[in-house]
Amino acid sequence: MAELLDLTSKVPEGPLGEKWDSHKFAMKLVNPANKRKHHVIVVGAGLAGASACASMAELGYKVSCFVYHDSPRRAHSIAAQGGINAAKNYQNDGDSVQRLFYDTIKGGDFRSREGNVYRLAQASVNIIDQCVAQGVPFAREYGGLLANRSFGGAQVSRTFYARGQTGQQLLIGAYQALERQISLGKVQMHTFEEMLDVVLVDGRARGIVTRNLLTGKVTSHAADAVVLATGGYGNVFYLSTNAMYCNASAIWRAYKKGAAFANPCYTQIHPTCIPVHGEHQSKLTLMSESLRNDGRVWVPKKQGDHRPPAQIAEAERDYYLERKYPSFGNLAPRDIASRAAKEACDEGRGVGPGGLGVYLDFGDAIKRLGKQTITERYGNLFDIYQRITDENPYEQPMRIYPAVHYTMGGLWVDYNLMSTVPGLHIAGEANFSDHGANRLGASALMQGLADGYFILPYTIGDYIAGTKMQPVDNSHGAFKEAEEGVRKQQQRLLDIRGKRTVDSIHKQLGRIMWEYCGMARSREGLQTAIKEIPALREEFWNNVNVPGSSGSLNQSLEKAGRVADFLELGELMCRDALHREESCGGHFRVEYQEDGEAKRNDEDFAYVAAWQYAGENSTPILNKEPLEFENVHLSTRSYK
Amino acid sequence: MKLTLKVWRQAGPDAKGAIESYVLDNVGAEMSFLEMFDMLNEQLTESGKEPVAFSHDCREGICGSCAMMINGVAHGPWKGAAVCQLHMRAFKDGDVIVVEPWRAKAFPLVKDLVVNRGSFDRIIQAGGFITASTGGARDANEILIAKDTVEHAMDAAACIGCGACVAACPNASASLFTGAKITHLGDLPQGQPERDMRALSMVETMDIEGFGHCTLVGECQEACPKEISIDVIKQMNRDYLFASVKRQDPRAVAAPGG
Repeated sequence: MAELLDLTSKVPEGPLGEKWDSHKFAMKLVNPANKRKHHVIVVGAGLAGASACASMAELGYKVSCFVYHDSPRRAHSIAAQGGINAAKNYQNDGDSVQRLFYDTIKGGDFRSREGNVYRLAQASVNIIDQCVAQGVPFAREYGGLLANRSFGGAQVSRTFYARGQTGQQLLIGAYQALERQISLGKVQMHTFEEMLDVVLVDGRARGIVTRNLLTGKVTSHAADAVVLATGGYGNVFYLSTNAMYCNASAIWRAYKKGAAFANPCYTQIHPTCIPVHGEHQSKLTLMSESLRNDGRVWVPKKQGDHRPPAQIAEAERDYYLERKYPSFGNLAPRDIASRAAKEACDEGRGVGPGGLGVYLDFGDAIKRLGKQTITERYGNLFDIYQRITDENPYEQPMRIYPAVHYTMGGLWVDYNLMSTVPGLHIAGEANFSDHGANRLGASALMQGLADGYFILPYTIGDYIAGTKMQPVDNSHGAFKEAEEGVRKQQQRLLDIRGKRTVDSIHKQLGRIMWEYCGMARSREGLQTAIKEIPALREEFWNNVNVPGSSGSLNQSLEKAGRVADFLELGELMCRDALHREESCGGHFRVEYQEDGEAKRNDEDFAYVAAWQYAGENSTPILNKEPLEFENVHLSTRSYK
Repeated sequence: MKLTLKVWRQAGPDAKGAIESYVLDNVGAEMSFLEMFDMLNEQLTESGKEPVAFSHDCREGICGSCAMMINGVAHGPWKGAAVCQLHMRAFKDGDVIVVEPWRAKAFPLVKDLVVNRGSFDRIIQAGGFITASTGGARDANEILIAKDTVEHAMDAAACIGCGACVAACPNASASLFTGAKITHLGDLPQGQPERDMRALSMVETMDIEGFGHCTLVGECQEACPKEISIDVIKQMNRDYLFASVKRQDPRAVAAPGG
């Protein structure tokens, strides 16, 4: 058995409110004249990656950025709709850094680190200032001040937004800052380059291996530090709200090089997505949570009631979120709202094809506020809905159903956002740091930008200043070896020439994951999945058909490599879900509930589960980082 | 429904391309256009052929990756939608659908329906930003912006950088794309200090990249999945003109952002 990992969180001592400030002062600095001699590689250019690149280049570091897209502006952060939280208290409704911190800890079901979350809440305030300075067109009131809306899991109005395109506007802001640094020669941009391995020299991350998607050429790149900002792994389920290219390969290959994977089973199932239409469905479309500000969720009281919604009288409707959670109502957090929808459908009260849907009704809001106001608030979302379903949400309620949306789990990082591999830093959705077992709405954008604009620029400097490194370039043996490994894997995939398409195997994996590791998980189900996934992996490596060659653009080959990694990650997720014998946040074990609500077990499970790779065909090793709560009282999460 | 697809196939940038025909059966009206392409690619793979390469990612009309000329129309028949938002309800049994890549000198073809739109990034590099390094910003509410102003800026900022405007333009001009960025940033108080430089530099980069000139045909706004108005081109032209007058030799000015 390998040695256990050092999971020291490195959260500084001292009062919560002073930790980050004192840490900033304690960190070592790199002399301005020396910064350009230090090279940092950033993989990914979503909110976390682009903001990190721009900020580090502004400081003077030599930065290289790698993306598999044709442009850094395509990263999936762009699809976030609803908004970004910040503790500005512009609404005078009692918000504060402390309250955002508390809401996030509670929303995450007490499974995140206090120090990290408090810092996130502190940074939220600066993020809004930074974005406005860059020209992000946030919604405004008539007087010219910034507008806010409410989001789930909070009783204050602290979400800043740009119509239903907040992620797009924030990403464009970060992208423009990045493009500026590219034009100044401070960032070397590499598009169409997919990262396929991390290179370690003397136990430190010193570079990466990439494959050029247009030419198939495999090359490696050396640096002093590496940042992975490569997003989440929701596509392990095949159907999710993630973009089609989103994948786990960068973090998975880092895991296999020694970076611990934390809480892989914590996945977020978003309650408001457009229901699945059929077998050929390729992805799911989210309807922003902001809709729950004005939409009311209901199902018929009677089972199997197939009448059109307009014919179901008020008294025959069950507004189940308002009934079960009167103080938060339709703005209950995502995990709770999703589970409640599943329950209603499991009881046979679901609506639409297959009974897999619930209504999100704007009838009352339109009566109260007028159609004009609703159009202003949600017009583009209503258009999206109508285009996909051919139904008019102004006239009949939307049908929604939960779908995989976000992964709270990710590579383990300490307070400095460094993984268990020295020099390898992880930012944004790719790390596990801030959301515990459930992420609150409008907090993903906040975390990505906090990591990139305000945390990494400091902590990377501290790492570089505090580490003695030998200069290396990509002629070093470790680079050549890693390149060869990537080339071999590409060839192996092409040589199988079996009968099944990559997609058909990915879909099958997705069905296993959704069935056994989705909204409700059981010991028996997870054990079944842990048997079925290796068998499917076997099938993949013996019978997949990847057409074409590796010498040019080959989208089947790209996909095959990603699915190969999902086939391993899926199993780890199930193992993590099986070992965590409690229900918390997005992780709901049917064996652990009380009166239909999740039953957390703080005595035995108040820790981060960080899994360590132990080699092919060996069971991964569980490491634990205990979670200590000094400032919040561990309580049963109640939204009633 | 049963469809005949005529799709542009080209093995690489220097290979000779041609239209190939495929018949696809059992296409459902509820499927998206790209799901129909997934189905075609599964069929091709299963019959031992190479699938069609095409750009796509978010499949909800926001990332700007997808790019197809469908029966000669950029993003196909639905107004205000990218290809990924087009559903097969728009077609009927027996239809023949011709699918081609974006065609423009500044978007070199990579393979089949995939083109390289790196030229758009270079236009942004020329000045499509506000210089505001991380850390120095003042409180967000200290900058007052009238609601109408920010809404107008947002209309332009909605651009997804897909390149449909270029593909639809008989001159392959990037004016709608560039005008949208100049309008977004130029509308806002934060964008004023660099406004002149931005217009000069971005417009000149369009020329350098090999985009054509704008003759106000208006095809771009028809094709734009975000329905960005051609008014942004007027704003670009006005900014460019004013800036040119102010600086007699625009080529002598330093690049913005430094």
